[in-house]
Amino acid sequence: MSLRGRWLTLLAVVLLVAGGTAAYAVAAFQGAKTSQEAESAVDVVRADGLPAEPFVMFRNTAPGQGFGEAATVLLADPSGQRAVSGHSCDRVYAVRHLVSCLRTKNEVPTNFEATTYDGSLKAIESWALPGIPSRTRISPDGLLLASTVFVGGHSYSSAGFSTETVIRSSDGALHANLEDFALIAGGTRIKAPDRNIWGVTFAPGQPDVFYATASSQGKIWLVRGSLRDQTLTEVATGVECPSVSPDGTRIAFKKSMDGTLVGHRNIAVLDIAAGTETVLPEQRSIDDQLEWLDNTTVLYGVPREGSGQDSDIWSLGTDPAAQPALFIEHAWSPAVVRK
Amino acid sequence: MYISMADRSGGRKDTESDLPAAPGAAFRLSPVIIWLGVVSMMTDISSESVSAILPLYVTGFLGLSTIAFGFIDGINQGASAIVRIAAGWVSDSTGHPKRVAVAGYGLSMLARIGFLFAGGVGAVAAIVTGDRIGKGIRTAPRDALISEAAQPDYLARSFGIHRMLDNIGAAAGPLIAFLVLLAIPQGFSTVFVVSLAFSAIGVAVLVLIVPGRKGPRPRREARTRRPLRGPRLRFPRITWAHLKEQGLGRLMLTAGLLGILTIGDGFIYLILQNRDSFAVQWFPLLFVGTNAAFLLFAVPLGRLADRWGRVPVFLSGHVALLACYLLAALPFGGLGVTLGCLVLLGLFYAATDGVLAALVSQLSAPEKVGTALGTAQTVVALSRMAAASGFGVLWFAVGAGTAMVCVAVLLAAALGAAAILMRGPGRQVIAR
Repeated sequence: MSLRGRWLTLLAVVLLVAGGTAAYAVAAFQGAKTSQEAESAVDVVRADGLPAEPFVMFRNTAPGQGFGEAATVLLADPSGQRAVSGHSCDRVYAVRHLVSCLRTKNEVPTNFEATTYDGSLKAIESWALPGIPSRTRISPDGLLLASTVFVGGHSYSSAGFSTETVIRSSDGALHANLEDFALIAGGTRIKAPDRNIWGVTFAPGQPDVFYATASSQGKIWLVRGSLRDQTLTEVATGVECPSVSPDGTRIAFKKSMDGTLVGHRNIAVLDIAAGTETVLPEQRSIDDQLEWLDNTTVLYGVPREGSGQDSDIWSLGTDPAAQPALFIEHAWSPAVVRK
Repeated sequence: MYISMADRSGGRKDTESDLPAAPGAAFRLSPVIIWLGVVSMMTDISSESVSAILPLYVTGFLGLSTIAFGFIDGINQGASAIVRIAAGWVSDSTGHPKRVAVAGYGLSMLARIGFLFAGGVGAVAAIVTGDRIGKGIRTAPRDALISEAAQPDYLARSFGIHRMLDNIGAAAGPLIAFLVLLAIPQGFSTVFVVSLAFSAIGVAVLVLIVPGRKGPRPRREARTRRPLRGPRLRFPRITWAHLKEQGLGRLMLTAGLLGILTIGDGFIYLILQNRDSFAVQWFPLLFVGTNAAFLLFAVPLGRLADRWGRVPVFLSGHVALLACYLLAALPFGGLGVTLGCLVLLGLFYAATDGVLAALVSQLSAPEKVGTALGTAQTVVALSRMAAASGFGVLWFAVGAGTAMVCVAVLLAAALGAAAILMRGPGRQVIAR
């Protein structure tokens, strides 16, 4: 090809590629705008506070207005009308008068923020998060708040990636960074630098105690944490994202069936006193921190097929014969507030 | 062209090393270097725009766990180190560095198409691996093309110009991605399409505009020419080649030694973030800030390297890194410290990245330059990976600040050793 021919070809390629990309971007922009302004796909109402009756708080993933916002339904009628809060949250948790909301802010650069809201859904405190929201829990007494985020730069490579899990007081003051706690597994203290701790769950009636997942060198442990002693002690292996039942006797968790870090995850329940484990008959791979509906039922989010943005909350009895049932459509990140 | 270039620089430096510097030819920038820079810029916009949002996409949009992302990231690191030497060797032995570079850039571009259809860990991991292997393939032949096109007297400056253009792309990529997400919430597919577009333009420029090697490849030329020369002429040539290889070996050793004490930007950003509320919120921009400093200093430091000596500039770059460690280890933070660290990191990269490529090109025989560049990159990559895991242990054992001071002390010692190691090739070859 002649030099002139090459330049003309390049010009054609650039025009074609730039034109195609611009057309795609404009279409995507308009599509996003249309879906944001559309009527919600489900029956919604604007919330003016947390309900007085027992309720479930979750992230509303129904397309249309109110998408991505924290919302509530009454525990007595989970498929009924949902009240959207006006606050966008990627991960949300609630107790009677306190909401913990972790969110992504689309700015330049994209950044992340945690906010607490009171019973009338007014913001109490906000602070910057060092990475992408992953998990949040509030202790049953509403005094402590745990959050896990994915941080860039913790790992060995410059593009590395790991978790940061902190426990704060409900006013947002830093209480403990779990990276600083002593991790004791197999009877010895694990000092490997690739330790990661995530997925805190608080034990009801025991203000000092929490459970979490710890991992190092490809192993995963369930650890029992003590805030006073600043320790994390191995309780079981292969347990990820624990959740303590309301009566404090059992822990529901994700279990990697083939033992690898990226394999299929089932739901299992551990009896704390007896140490026995029951794998529940959910066939889909689960990647969520479980939440207890009551002492015999767990809730969890499952992404919808073929959609990156929509998901449903399912319920499953801890009886080995139980089958999963759809609990709240177009929802994610459930928190059950019973009293 | 290659042979005569080596003859000129070799001959002059052998015979005139004790004489005052001879005035070289005026600097004339080869358009090949500009176009290779444009190709790198486009490709870096493409890859860094995706890198900046990949964690968000994997965890937020695909809903995968952290661990899955860690797994993908792990592949990322190992994949490209392996293919670098091989790609350099292939480009040397076939005599077609451009074709090998096209294969590398092309593979990364093809991988990007996969993002439009990706839906799980396996798919994302495969795409990322393809992209990184593409990067591994293209770097050595591309640098070989640069060294071929550059005037020997202005080798470091030419690499500096390439690295400046490259880093404009690396700094712009994340900003473009964040802007797309700002305009289109959850607009990941748009970011992927934009990334593919830049990648395609980069490949098109490389294929259409950058000239391939014209005429016979240098090794064959050397083979056919050498026997025709008398032994008197051949003997010093062999000595010269031998001397070069020795210098190259010592350079690799030095790069490895200093690489083991280069702990990775991630740790420095993390220390800054732990102390400075500014850094918490602007964490993704620390990377962009370092790249901005890199692109500003790349050309001036390249010029300085050609004038003052490439070895002194390479070593001074590590002094900047040392200063960055010490600044990061200070018991107080703040905006000033954060910005100071970014500038020092940018200086470090500007004084070492292109300058090392220039040194390697200069010290290796022309028909082996691709292999030598690939080897140097692998030495640097592997030693820095070792540095990062070593520093991780140290960080946990003695705390961030103390660990930083320890590495700084070791780096100071290593710099002394490096200065002695590089004295031979530095004196004989580099001084102009």
